[in-house]
Amino acid sequence: MLSFIAQRIVKGVIVLLAIIVLNFFLIRLAPGDPAIVMAGEAGASDKVFVAQLREKFGLDKPLPEQLFVYVKGVLTFDLGFSFRQQAPVSKLILDRLPATLLLTLTAFVISLVLGILFGVLAARFAGTFLDTAITVAALVFYATPLFWIALMAILVFSVWFDWLPSFGYETVGANYTGLAHVLDVGAHLVMPAATIGLFFMATYTRMTRASMLEVQRLDFVKTARAKGLRDGVIQRRHVLRNALLPVVTLAGVHSGTLIGGAVLTETVFAWPGIGRLMYEALLQRDYNLLLGVFVVCSAMVLIFNLITDLVYRLVDPRIEFAA
Amino acid sequence: MKQFWTSMLRNPSGLIGLLIVIIAVAVALFGPLLFPNSPWRMVQRPFLPPFTLSTVPLGTDALGRDVFAGVIFGARVSLLVGLVSTAVALIVGVPLGAIAGYFGGRVDDALMRFTEFFQTIPSFALAIVLVAILQPSIYSITASIAIVSWPPVARLVRGEVLSLRTREYVQAAVVTGQSNAFIIWREIMPNALSPVIVLASLMVATAILLESSLSFLGLGDPNLISWGYMVGAGRTVIRQAWWITVFPGVAILLSVLGLNLVGEGLNDALNPRLSREGR
Repeated sequence: MLSFIAQRIVKGVIVLLAIIVLNFFLIRLAPGDPAIVMAGEAGASDKVFVAQLREKFGLDKPLPEQLFVYVKGVLTFDLGFSFRQQAPVSKLILDRLPATLLLTLTAFVISLVLGILFGVLAARFAGTFLDTAITVAALVFYATPLFWIALMAILVFSVWFDWLPSFGYETVGANYTGLAHVLDVGAHLVMPAATIGLFFMATYTRMTRASMLEVQRLDFVKTARAKGLRDGVIQRRHVLRNALLPVVTLAGVHSGTLIGGAVLTETVFAWPGIGRLMYEALLQRDYNLLLGVFVVCSAMVLIFNLITDLVYRLVDPRIEFAA
Repeated sequence: MKQFWTSMLRNPSGLIGLLIVIIAVAVALFGPLLFPNSPWRMVQRPFLPPFTLSTVPLGTDALGRDVFAGVIFGARVSLLVGLVSTAVALIVGVPLGAIAGYFGGRVDDALMRFTEFFQTIPSFALAIVLVAILQPSIYSITASIAIVSWPPVARLVRGEVLSLRTREYVQAAVVTGQSNAFIIWREIMPNALSPVIVLASLMVATAILLESSLSFLGLGDPNLISWGYMVGAGRTVIRQAWWITVFPGVAILLSVLGLNLVGEGLNDALNPRLSREGR
């Protein structure tokens, strides 16, 4: 078990290094000389200043050396400086990270729990009206662009019914404390989390349903039935546990998409996370910040993949820990 | 082939999907000829609600531009980007997967590590970064979507080739001294094609979603109207004018839904064994 974890961590670090190198070359691909871009952002572009910047950021050095300096910087969490926001990129990201984690984890739990629930229901009542309704709903949500679900949610629940706040993390200027604060953030969280949740829920529902129906026909289920076990026990202990495997795999694969969902949802709901930060970087063409967010997102996905890998092995003891 | 069509026709959801896709393609091809209102031109007062004037059935946006014309012209961009980026992803992914699966060993290892690397990177974030750096244009958008969507193709093709290359008819071809390229393209690929076709139809749908998301964030081609751009532009005025965001969104939803249904229909028709197990 330990050696497996160590192995996966080493593999993750290698991938992360590769991503950092990719990032380095992406920055070099960005339009214009980085020094002139930075000088422009800092508000001056005379030749002396540009030369100074070039020296300061090592842009006058040969490319391999620049790469080395860059990788070293990123590994010590120095992601450069955002002239637009007048702050180090790593600080900007760290400030925003908790909000994104809250949003994506909530959405992830919602989608997985409800997705499996509806999938099980659809499989249990296969061929009935309930099954059809769930399947059609899942198909539609699966085809709907996330940002549009978000806007429609605002239209219905904020504009028409006025039930939920349409933007932000908390009520500005209310200064709630204690439980009131938690409830306030919760109310702001409902729509963004549900938006991301619905899209992924659709996938998990479809997957769970198909997988349940497939497992139900296997021999060991017949054996369980022949032993006289109650149907509920068979469904829970025998069918569901096996049917969940592909769903867990899919959930692991989705962690990257979850981040993408956060960019769109945070943009629509003005949720102060790193997705929104990415959008701000985009609007201002702040490439340092944009690529910084990109590296952090990739690292998050790597960590998340590692966790799902471990969970996968817990759910299915048959899989050995030796990779 | 006949069996394929009967199976396809017996599948109501696949048929509905096919119908939607045909309508979308027809709109993209002929719509702009029948409704020559430019989607960029002011045709009426701003914020004209839908269903009030027959000349602008879906109302106007914040600048008085025809929402209906936008929806019609937007179909071109969405479908074009969807199709071309999928084609490029296939051109990259199919050979890579075929080579990895056929030769195995170190080649396979190296190519698959490379593919896995691309699969680990959060795809939408990468697409955003690529389009932002290459500057938004229909080319950079198509290229970025292709770059983030080829890995599943490579993996699928590799798996198929891996299982087919030990078949007797392939061995026979090896014995008769055919070249590797001939064996891969003429003997193996035709038999590995049906899952690729299914995947491709689903990829077009995903590409349309990606394109609309990029345009929504302001990374669309500034010279071409697209559904995502319209939704993004209407977002700030959603309280006053719901129709600017609702109609293009419905257009995206329907085309993606149609393509997904076609993909499932194709899956049922081309891989009957597989689909029956899925039910």
